[in-house]
Amino acid sequence: MTSNQSLFFQKFGITPNDLQRYLGEALSAGGEYADLYFEYLTSTSIAIDESMVKSASQGISAGCGVRVLAGERTGYAYTDDLAPEKILRAARTAALIARGPAQQPVQDLKESASHELYQVSSPSADADIASKVELLMRADRAARAYDPRIIQVQGAYADQLRQILVIGSDGTYATDAQPLARFNLVTIARSGENSARGQSGGGGRVGMDYFQSERTPEYYAQEAARQAIIQLDAREAPAGEMEVVLGPGWPGILLHEAIGHGLEADFNRKGTSAFTGLIGKRVASDKCTVVDNGTLPSRRGSLNVDDEGSPTQNTVLIEKGILKGYISDKLSARLMGMADTGNGRRESYEHIPMPRMTNTYMLSGDDAPEDIIRSVQRGVYAVNFGGGQVDITNGKFVFSASEAYLIEGGKVTAPLRNCSLIGNGPDALTKVSMVGNDLQLDEGVGTCGKDGQSVPVGVGIPTLKLDRLTVGGTAR
Amino acid sequence: MTTTSQISNREELDLRDLVGDVVSRAMKAGATAAEAIVREGTEFSTVVRLGQVETLKEAGSRGLGLRVFQGKRAASTYSSDFTREGIEHLVRGAVDLARVTSEDPFAGLPDPDQLGSIRGDLQLYFDDVYSLPPEERIDYARRAERAALEIDLRLKNSDGGTFDASTGHKVLANSLGFVGESRGSYCSVSAVPIAQAEDKSMQRDYWFSVARTLARLESPEAVGREAARRTLRRLGARKVASTHAPVVLDPMMAQTILDNVFDAVNGNAIYRQSSFLAGKLGERVAGENVTVIDDGTMLGGFGTSPFDGEGIPTRRTVVIEKGVLKSYLLNTYTARKLGLKTTGNASRGLAGNPGIGSGNFFLPAGNRTPQQIIGEIKHGIYITEFLGFGVNLVTGDFSRGASGLWIENGELTFPVEEITVAGNLKDMLNNISEIGNDLEFRGSTACPTLRIDGMMIAGE
Repeated sequence: MTSNQSLFFQKFGITPNDLQRYLGEALSAGGEYADLYFEYLTSTSIAIDESMVKSASQGISAGCGVRVLAGERTGYAYTDDLAPEKILRAARTAALIARGPAQQPVQDLKESASHELYQVSSPSADADIASKVELLMRADRAARAYDPRIIQVQGAYADQLRQILVIGSDGTYATDAQPLARFNLVTIARSGENSARGQSGGGGRVGMDYFQSERTPEYYAQEAARQAIIQLDAREAPAGEMEVVLGPGWPGILLHEAIGHGLEADFNRKGTSAFTGLIGKRVASDKCTVVDNGTLPSRRGSLNVDDEGSPTQNTVLIEKGILKGYISDKLSARLMGMADTGNGRRESYEHIPMPRMTNTYMLSGDDAPEDIIRSVQRGVYAVNFGGGQVDITNGKFVFSASEAYLIEGGKVTAPLRNCSLIGNGPDALTKVSMVGNDLQLDEGVGTCGKDGQSVPVGVGIPTLKLDRLTVGGTAR
Repeated sequence: MTTTSQISNREELDLRDLVGDVVSRAMKAGATAAEAIVREGTEFSTVVRLGQVETLKEAGSRGLGLRVFQGKRAASTYSSDFTREGIEHLVRGAVDLARVTSEDPFAGLPDPDQLGSIRGDLQLYFDDVYSLPPEERIDYARRAERAALEIDLRLKNSDGGTFDASTGHKVLANSLGFVGESRGSYCSVSAVPIAQAEDKSMQRDYWFSVARTLARLESPEAVGREAARRTLRRLGARKVASTHAPVVLDPMMAQTILDNVFDAVNGNAIYRQSSFLAGKLGERVAGENVTVIDDGTMLGGFGTSPFDGEGIPTRRTVVIEKGVLKSYLLNTYTARKLGLKTTGNASRGLAGNPGIGSGNFFLPAGNRTPQQIIGEIKHGIYITEFLGFGVNLVTGDFSRGASGLWIENGELTFPVEEITVAGNLKDMLNNISEIGNDLEFRGSTACPTLRIDGMMIAGE
């Protein structure tokens, strides 16, 4: 018996018989499929500001969501009380979506295939609070020591352990215990009348030891302080179409916005995506191969099983420029007659699962990053971003650079003030003319929002050159 | 009050007793001050797409949050477990956690003489939001979508029509004897049609109505028709050449600028010097025509509450008066840090320290119609959508993706997309040259149509 079983079976007294009864109730008015998602989430967060621990918080949230699928219809209800009568009531409520004779769930629940992606010796949630505080205080000291112009440092450490049990009327039975930890640091620099902001952070499905060995508080501090100091001297960004070079790693948010969302199966099933009907067609230059991979060890976007109990996969989205596939959950897979790619995710038991990205990245190409910069006469080199957004239907996407430089005559020159980059998803990647040999994944900072639901994700790219993209600065 | 038992799936607990009990347990466990909040909510939502029900969702939820002090140290816990054991865990956890936080001379509950709650009915709760039988709720969503799609043959697809209803109930209590209780209700209807041009390119837009009572909700047909109008006018959108030109923001987009102003007067950003408005109290920060008000007391307002997240009565605060920054928005902590008085703007989730929340935050209406404002512009752009998050509050730098309609000789002409609009909020607030007469609250922040000069439009 896994630790999850013991949690829901022992702490809440749920038995295998109960599970069958709940599924039976969910299908009591018909429907093709029903599932239950049990979640027990413990979270800790600590924040420092002005070198003081001003906030420490811990919490528990637990509940069960019941879903019934009937054709394209979804009925959903949830309860934050795991007493049998409350779960049965939620099942009865969700059942109302269907209109037909009662269906029987499969009697034998079968444990889903899974991965072992979280090599956490002891989840960060179990670690001593005082040692988490010490990590933050080290970051605070290091950031202030970096430069006397750093006048403010805010840090936050947050971790959680999400234990889930998913059962489905098709026999799905999956459990997982998903750790997630995140370190975040914001700095403010001031020089005379000029102020600037820097930010860094990271983490993943890791334990505390990650922040003591792989990525230390001093690493994050140096990065956040460096950005703020550089930004003090930033000048106006140019405006208009020009060559753009994206640095490796987090600028991969380009892929997430420009193509990732547009390839989520629900939008394509409904014909509402700018990518609808483009499978087999060219959507990128032949230098571009893009995957969504939920199976990378310890990454923020990785999961052993998705929130429908299906194992995550490595799915090729674009191969040498040709659109190969969508990312899907159970509902869209069934309705579209395609394979479920293990991308059914949800924010919590209160939410209906839908196709979501995991870690989305482009594979390395052949170009040396120095050669890519050297090839640009006048353009922008963007290495850090705030966030991005896309309109799925017309394909227009925006992502906002928080650290960017001018490239003049093949050389990186002046830092630029914050500016957004805007493009069109289905053809932005056709403008990729050089792909670096330096693929990097981001530090583990991404959170993706869709339909009001947030889930952790990862992105990555090698250094990339786009021959044309609109840069939204203020200078002519 | 009639019952909402159709949707509530739990026995009524006396929430006032519950939070009182949590506070006294925390004090017994060693806290020197404590504050507890309990929230209960119900939600119903439905999406109808192409005439068929796509999703139906119904649920109730609740949560309990506790903040404790040990002298000048603060910590908090939250839980959805209301059993005796769960509450013991919540209390013990908070008191233990307060040992790791720092002594902060400004931490603590509000001064006792500040506590209180506005009396009387603020018209925040109407039980009619659940009065429709489920079939009619679904029909609201269906009617909104149908009204949108039947307007024009180019409206071929849809992301659906929706109807949502929700209620919330909260009780806040602290160890200084404050107990405040408030209920709220919402209902909303929306439509998201998708139009297709001859070249197969697609556009979507949406419209919605939201109200605290069904009686004030706009008809699904009116919402659907407006959604269709907003969608159709985007068909055939194109880029324009990069240029400096006047920008007119429709009320929904003007509101986002006001959201930026709210973030910039947030007391947390002020004491951390992470706002371009920090240290500017009493100075001119906007044109003389610009006044901005926060009012948490407006009857039936989306941002109205009888008390803030710390138990301070809400109030009306003039934030900017004729271009001069008159007040930041503060809670007890940020007020103490800045040597000022709280403005009753504490916001309280279940966990963590109180943040800053707005009441009804708005820029009062001017006297020009949007048509008059557009009519005076030779070349410019009417913005109906911003995309992305390109606002830096430390510097005021503003650069966002946008789409809208090109203005030529005072008329709206062709649709525009894939452009950015950039400037700096410091300049933008001083360059608001026209204010529309079309102030309307569709949320807690509202702004009429604005014309802003001197911004850079980046396109081709």
